Amino acid sequence: MGSRASTLLRDEELEEIKKETGCEFGGELVETSHHFTDFEAFNVSHSQITRLYSRFTSLDKGENGTLSREDFQRIPELAINPLGDRIINAFFPEGEDQVNFRGFMRTLAHFRPIEDNEKSKDVNGPEPLNSRSNKLHFAFRLYDLDKDDKISRDELLQVLRMMVGVNISDEQLGSIADRTIQEADQDGDSAISFTEFVKVLEKVDVEQKMSIRFLH
Amino acid sequence: MAHRLGLLLPLLLGQLCSQLLGTSGNSMLHYWNLKAENGSWGSKRIQDNASVASAHTLLFSLDYQHVQTPFEITLWIMLASLAKIGFHLCNKIPTVVPESCLLIFVGLIMGGLIYSLNDKSPPVMNSDIFFLYLLPPIVLDAGYFMPSRPFFENIGTILLYAVVGTMWNAFGIGLSLYGICQVKLFNLKDVSLLHNLWFGSLIAAVDPVAVLSVFEEIHVNEKLHILVFGESLLNDAVTVVLYKLFKSFSEMPSIKSLDILAGIGKFFLVGIGGIFIGLLFGMIAAFTTRFTKTIRVIEPLFVFLYSYLSYLTAEMFHLSGIVAIIACAMSMKRYVEANISQKSHTTIKYFMKMWSSVSDTLIFIFLGVSTIGNNHEWNWPYICFTVIFCLIWRALGVLVLTFFVNKCHVNTVTRKDQFIIAYGGLRGAICFSLVFLLPEFSRKKLFIAATTVVILFTVIVQGMTIRPLVDLLDVTKRGETSPTVSEQILIRFFDHLLAGVEDISGHWGQYYWKDKLEYLNSKYLQKILLREYDQARSSIVLLYEKLERKHAIELAEAGQLVHTPSSTSLLRRHGTAKSVPSPAPQDQDIMDNIQDLLATNLYRVRRMCPRLIRQLIQLTHSVLKSYLHSLTDSRILSSILTYRGALLGVNI
Repeated sequence: MGSRASTLLRDEELEEIKKETGCEFGGELVETSHHFTDFEAFNVSHSQITRLYSRFTSLDKGENGTLSREDFQRIPELAINPLGDRIINAFFPEGEDQVNFRGFMRTLAHFRPIEDNEKSKDVNGPEPLNSRSNKLHFAFRLYDLDKDDKISRDELLQVLRMMVGVNISDEQLGSIADRTIQEADQDGDSAISFTEFVKVLEKVDVEQKMSIRFLH
Repeated sequence: MAHRLGLLLPLLLGQLCSQLLGTSGNSMLHYWNLKAENGSWGSKRIQDNASVASAHTLLFSLDYQHVQTPFEITLWIMLASLAKIGFHLCNKIPTVVPESCLLIFVGLIMGGLIYSLNDKSPPVMNSDIFFLYLLPPIVLDAGYFMPSRPFFENIGTILLYAVVGTMWNAFGIGLSLYGICQVKLFNLKDVSLLHNLWFGSLIAAVDPVAVLSVFEEIHVNEKLHILVFGESLLNDAVTVVLYKLFKSFSEMPSIKSLDILAGIGKFFLVGIGGIFIGLLFGMIAAFTTRFTKTIRVIEPLFVFLYSYLSYLTAEMFHLSGIVAIIACAMSMKRYVEANISQKSHTTIKYFMKMWSSVSDTLIFIFLGVSTIGNNHEWNWPYICFTVIFCLIWRALGVLVLTFFVNKCHVNTVTRKDQFIIAYGGLRGAICFSLVFLLPEFSRKKLFIAATTVVILFTVIVQGMTIRPLVDLLDVTKRGETSPTVSEQILIRFFDHLLAGVEDISGHWGQYYWKDKLEYLNSKYLQKILLREYDQARSSIVLLYEKLERKHAIELAEAGQLVHTPSSTSLLRRHGTAKSVPSPAPQDQDIMDNIQDLLATNLYRVRRMCPRLIRQLIQLTHSVLKSYLHSLTDSRILSSILTYRGALLGVNI
């Protein structure tokens, strides 16, 4: 356990992860590997990274320190989730087939709740991963498969078909898609761009909807 | 007033008749005196009626006893409803004073009148009538139309406030009042700790009726509304347990720790038992509506019957009736709505609203009436301290609990929300009925007086000032916009996304459980509870259909303005050939045709619309042509042109 942990999480990487995701560490990680330098008592009560790390290792059946698509698909509930495949794809960066713990954490960090004290700090630095805009970008990328920054009618139809189920005919689904685009489309190009996407969601509290508390 | 009128009229008539027919007027007066001494509702029957009968055959006869009880009940309900009309006629008052306060004032006036005319205490609201007849419709209405998504998103917070908060309040108020009783100056030494705690348990509960009537008018944001409202509904379980616990303690000679443990166990039994009974009746109701396709007329009846049965069953086992009826309504709604017809749905909605409105009004009026009278012992120190402690303990409770909530929840409750939650803790008729159910002991009247003052204070003072406070504090209000399909799609999208992420990270959060429940639902429950060929459709589809229907009807009504879309163009779509369009076919036919078309071709509305509009425009042209000779009549021309313009401007 100790040696494997050291190959996956050298202290520089840990620092990088911490900076990138803004998550904090628990004391247990210090004990798991003698390679880690002494962390100061980040007096936290939750060892969130430890927990996610153990989840990562439990998913990693091949024990090679990275996850492949098959590892994800082994999760039973994900198989019946309409958006399962798309979510899995979101973890893997462009063209790659393996994701390490850092990449795992990076994607999950989008779902960290926004803290009040973070809202006003550090305007000059890079935008944190869990800002409202980044959360929305993440969601938008799940719709927009061909990455042309627009949700076309076909892409919408695909998502709708997955969510609505089988007892609606294609024609009816087409009507629903038409109405959706009509409601959201403002510049008349029969597709939903990112700004229009944001506009639809302005009434919805995205920060709270797209946050999971444990990543605090 | 109506009550006196109700008595006066038949008596006057009776007098008139007896004078006409020669019977002595004295027996009528005797009748009147006996009636006047009888302040109570429908209890004593006057035996002297027989003496009024004379040797002659009467043309008219009066038999008030025969109809007395239903007559008086109807008159009270009539009074309540007329009062409601009265308030809404003057526009200014309802904006400042909430309806509940006005109704209490009406009740006070009525009580004062009865007291002064009768010189006896007016009738007090019977606790049985309240709990068995007046309360269930309100709770059913609340449960059936409860927005389930925000409710379940905030269920942890709601339960915390309802259970822990109520117990905190009850013990806090009881203990501090006991402390006040120890002060020799107030002459309260004989009120024991048990009685104080008992009183604390019944005054601590926030009342759903009062909260509903006040919060309905101030339109705060959904989350805040559901927090206060959900708490007021669910704390019934705690109130029932505590009240019955202290009642049994007062009857036992000594209290052991085993009894206290039994009390705690009882709480779980009451709450979970109530939910279980509610779910059971809900499932049975859903199953029953599966078979009602051929007898649509009695569908609404099942909803009401099963809910009421669940309430009564829970009350029978001394479980929480309110929790049962809420569980029943929420669980059956989804399946029943899919099974019943549109008309039954409308019927259920309006009947529920009507009944709950009548109940609500009657409760507040009776509250006002019951205040007047000899039932009170005014020990001002005790009463004032009760009010003060209620406010203090509620505020403290909300503060402490919210601290814990914000630690483990994403959905934080802001300071402003906390203030409104604390300030919105209104007491109402439930406390009032419970205090009347107390057994007779020496200080009961003191408790009655204290309860009355607390209720009047919270409803009147807090009810009136909460609206300006909401405006002052700039609390987020409910959004006014209507739902859109795109928003609904995105909300569902987030559900799936979050459920997926929770699965990946191994976190058993709210989306995980919601997903599991949905899966269970689609795999097993829907197959049993819904009709075979009518399997439930996604909420996206349902919302789309609802919006399209509304849109199409608006369009058709706009078409009606033009006066003559002829039947031909519409029948042509059906495939029937018809003759030349007549200049003025009946509008009703057209509306029926359009409705038929919509019912069968809902999804083609989008594509039908442009065609329909084109046809309507063609017909305006033909109408213009046929009315060429009267084109000089500028009124007709301008009206046709404006309607045409309106049509073109209609959003397609």
